[in-house]
Amino acid sequence: MAEERILLDVKELSMYFPVTKGVIFERKVADIKAVDHISFYIRKGETLGLVGESGCGKTTAGRSILQLYKPTTGSVTFWDDDRGEYVDLVTLKGEAMRKMRRKIQIIFQDPYGSLNPRMSCGAIVGEPLKIHNLAKGKEYQERVEELLTIVGLHPYFASRYPHEFSGGQRQRIGIARALASNPQFIVCDEPISALDVSIQAQIINLLEELQGRFGLTYLFIAHDLAVVRHISDRIAVMYLGRLAEIANREELYENPLHPYTKALLSAVPIPDPVIEATRERIILQGDVPSPMNPPSGCVFHTRCPIAIDECKVTIPALRNLGGEGINEHWVACHRA
Amino acid sequence: MGTLLEVKALRTHFFTQEGVVKAVDGVSYDLQEGEILGLVGESGCGKSVSALSLMRLVQDPPGRIVGGQIMFEGRDLLGISEDEMRAIRGNRMAMIFQEPMTSLNPVLTINRQLSEALELHMKMDKNAARRRSVELLDMVGIPEASRRIDDYPHQFSGGMRQRVMIAMGMSCNPKLLLADEPTTALDVTIQAQVLEIVKKLTSEMGTAVIIITHNLGVVARYADRVNVMYAGRIIERATARGLYAEPSHPYTIGLLNSVPRLDEALKEKLDPIEGLPPDLVNLPQGCPFVPRCKFYRENKDKLQKCVETYPPLFMVGKDHMAACWVNVQTGGVRE
Repeated sequence: MAEERILLDVKELSMYFPVTKGVIFERKVADIKAVDHISFYIRKGETLGLVGESGCGKTTAGRSILQLYKPTTGSVTFWDDDRGEYVDLVTLKGEAMRKMRRKIQIIFQDPYGSLNPRMSCGAIVGEPLKIHNLAKGKEYQERVEELLTIVGLHPYFASRYPHEFSGGQRQRIGIARALASNPQFIVCDEPISALDVSIQAQIINLLEELQGRFGLTYLFIAHDLAVVRHISDRIAVMYLGRLAEIANREELYENPLHPYTKALLSAVPIPDPVIEATRERIILQGDVPSPMNPPSGCVFHTRCPIAIDECKVTIPALRNLGGEGINEHWVACHRA
Repeated sequence: MGTLLEVKALRTHFFTQEGVVKAVDGVSYDLQEGEILGLVGESGCGKSVSALSLMRLVQDPPGRIVGGQIMFEGRDLLGISEDEMRAIRGNRMAMIFQEPMTSLNPVLTINRQLSEALELHMKMDKNAARRRSVELLDMVGIPEASRRIDDYPHQFSGGMRQRVMIAMGMSCNPKLLLADEPTTALDVTIQAQVLEIVKKLTSEMGTAVIIITHNLGVVARYADRVNVMYAGRIIERATARGLYAEPSHPYTIGLLNSVPRLDEALKEKLDPIEGLPPDLVNLPQGCPFVPRCKFYRENKDKLQKCVETYPPLFMVGKDHMAACWVNVQTGGVRE
């Protein structure tokens, strides 16, 4: 369960991708503001769910936290257990960053694209051990076998290649690889979206079990709200590169304050025809605008059913309308 | 209302190097006029192939419809010529595909693609077809339809492309619309928009719909009746209400239990179906769900039958059938 200590503190993080024109004299004509000044924190042992529609910047947020992209602005402070102090990941360079990567890992969405088809399953899982010099010889073999057992695969699969596995099994290999270096923090980037319904539950249970066993902290990125509610302690909702709302899961689902969160929740059909027959739904009009040319003011105002003139002009700040600690309820809406 | 479609013992097999893949293996059901039928199952269970078989669009080779009957408006579609079938496709029976990105032709304008069916089946001239196409785009909620009709697919977003597909599917007032995972590639808020349009249009025009999906929520909201498929066969068939109120096949029960629900109290742990879907080349002699079945695991000695013989569809309630030797309500074994 979550402790008091904050493991990861993200402040004013932005990631802009330049749009360029011209081949020889390349010049920047615009920015795609994939992530635009987002701030949140994650406590040790906690799972923060990050939800939003495709193109809202949730994957980019996860990757810029891990410094897989160099963020345009902002800081990502991380509690380093070994050193016993906070480190700003954005300022780390070279060898220091490489060492830090051992503690921050990622599980990717696509279990087909994220495993090298020419490496055996054992070599994939063992690669972090080699890179970080964590185990050699017999110890290496044992650790690889142990990792495979932990994620529910038979150790004798180590000599097989990715194409011999099903989607769910491949995702288990991806999880074993992420666990290899004993990380403190894992970004789970839509780890179950590509899997079949009956397999999804297996992987979610595995992730939860591992969290309890190794004291892991997760940033769980997904678009399935029912799954996010199940696995997360707190949930952040993103829209077009900005944070719309953050609260603990009970609060967010029972008392959503942002109109976008309300619409998202009501769009999820419930597997019960009796309930669905009487359920009123908020159907949002239109599509998500382009992040290259986001609307002025509140980015959601073009689809918002309760927008007022102010929404078109001023960007709403993220305000805490809830209590303290776990009861904090942050929302970026003028009407909340 | 009469029966629009009656599928009898349909079997579609794929002849591959690894062996014969029995993608659809003896599927029978009927569909009333104007009814919405949900076809649920995991990937590889044969739900898409069974829809493609209705349209006779299974690629040959390697696939072939090896047996059965498809009675549509009183005619057996497996007995008519390819020309006669072309007159039905897109006209009496239309299909929406999962991928709105790849199922539109990128080098033709939306107008060309929408008008094609109208000119072919409704014998409209170019101007009439264009006018009708604008109307159709308007109906599916594309803003400024008369201007956007000359755009190319890449100028449309994913949700808009799927709406174009719906407009195309509905253009000749079909009696039957096959929607193969129409919203899987879309975001939740767009999913809701698209499905509401399908529901509204088809109920206005009296079109019957087969929605193929793996999303149990979508089925609950839109379908009148549901077929659950596993390993190429229908394993449970019921009204939507009956299925959710009293699921009678261990697989259906497993599926319903394995998804977290927004309206229920939080669970400590999810209840997954263990194991993997079966290999369609080497299906066991008995029930293909046995290796994953909870009931079988708990009563192995009593349930020798499950391994030996494939269970037929038993009537388990009013308009409710399940292919299982076990009566999951009482725990008794069926004869």
